[in-house]
Amino acid sequence: MLKIREYVKVKDLEEAYQLNQKRSACVLGGMVWLKMGSRNVGTAIDLSGLGLDTIEENEEEFRIGAMVSLRDLETHKGLEEYTRGAMKESLRHIVGVQFRNCATAGGSIFGRFGFSDVLTMFLAMDSYVELYKGGILPMEEFAGMKRDRDILVRILVKKRPASMAYISQRNSSTDFPVLACGVSLFEDGGAKVTLGARPGKAVLVKDEEKLLKDFLKKDPDRQKEAAEAFAAYAREHVRTGSNMRGSARYRSHLAEVLVRRALIQAGGRENGN
Amino acid sequence: MEIKFWLNGRKIQAEIQADTLLLDLLREKGCYSVKRGCETANCGLCTVLLEDKPVLSCSTLAARVEEKHVVTLEGLQEKAEELGGFLAREGAEQCGFCNPGFMMNIFAMEKELKDPGEEEIQEYLAGNLCRCSGFMGQTRSILKYLEYKKKLREGEGR
Repeated sequence: MLKIREYVKVKDLEEAYQLNQKRSACVLGGMVWLKMGSRNVGTAIDLSGLGLDTIEENEEEFRIGAMVSLRDLETHKGLEEYTRGAMKESLRHIVGVQFRNCATAGGSIFGRFGFSDVLTMFLAMDSYVELYKGGILPMEEFAGMKRDRDILVRILVKKRPASMAYISQRNSSTDFPVLACGVSLFEDGGAKVTLGARPGKAVLVKDEEKLLKDFLKKDPDRQKEAAEAFAAYAREHVRTGSNMRGSARYRSHLAEVLVRRALIQAGGRENGN
Repeated sequence: MEIKFWLNGRKIQAEIQADTLLLDLLREKGCYSVKRGCETANCGLCTVLLEDKPVLSCSTLAARVEEKHVVTLEGLQEKAEELGGFLAREGAEQCGFCNPGFMMNIFAMEKELKDPGEEEIQEYLAGNLCRCSGFMGQTRSILKYLEYKKKLREGEGR
């Protein structure tokens, strides 16, 4: 059972940062994951009084406060439009509406959980974290860092024009994914493909062989060829593991299928088959 | 520590611990409709409305509802009776343990979605688990209930 000695709703980020320097301290997100453990928390730090529960949108970017709920991400019109529904797709299978009203964007990203649909989706975009002390870091760098005592303030998503898709495979509806895949095909010719719930945390599948360059400019047959080639590459190069939800072999098989389908879907065809 | 919040329209004061969960506080205050079904934030039985939004009271710290509005099924007795009739007429439920959390989420859905179809209903209510049934009766009763509410609204508009 989770135990908390003291609860502090902080007045500013400095107070949160100072309190969080103790190992026994813990910044609260939505608590849906934290509550499942049996941690002894000295000071529970609540950021909910700092106005970090809003999504700001301007010409260049989305600025997503750490306390924005997953449900708010899912129903935000601007994000839905920019990601062409991929953001919504990455979230709507997570447990239920009540759960997503609790769980926060900041908690999901800071946790860098292996099962995270949220990290898989954000990593596929041109996104950054804003840390109180550490400043602004690319999501990929942050995903690779060890957890420290800094405070995640916001998540930033640059509006680099792209066509996106997100697909997850689940053994049963609302369960954790067995594997998840996010794809952004940028109009400038670049691409980002992610695989999450491997079951290790999400990674970018690097396009070392430039198979996806200018994907959106290719005709449907060339797109299909490139998607198949890159899917095979992803299967070869992304490490998968086994757990109660699936074996490494099954996941590697899924990796090829999901990457191919997501690429073809983002490329403009209705479904990847 | 002491908190003040609105429970079913009435402002109350409560003495809580830093780690008191909203679910336990609500039951302590006599709201026995709020159930703990799973301990893994998955079943939806503990659903209450916090500032009009459905949340899992099993995962919400009581300290976080300071000065906020919490509504449980105890505060919505008339609506519960109305919806309950539809569920009963379809023979939707057996043991009824999951019913209060389920109803709370239906009320939230009614507010949030306009004329939802079967697929939307299923998706909105996916976080409410029932271990007796296959959700067929529930879906039938919700569709009939929403249709009935819509007719009432249209009747008023005339």
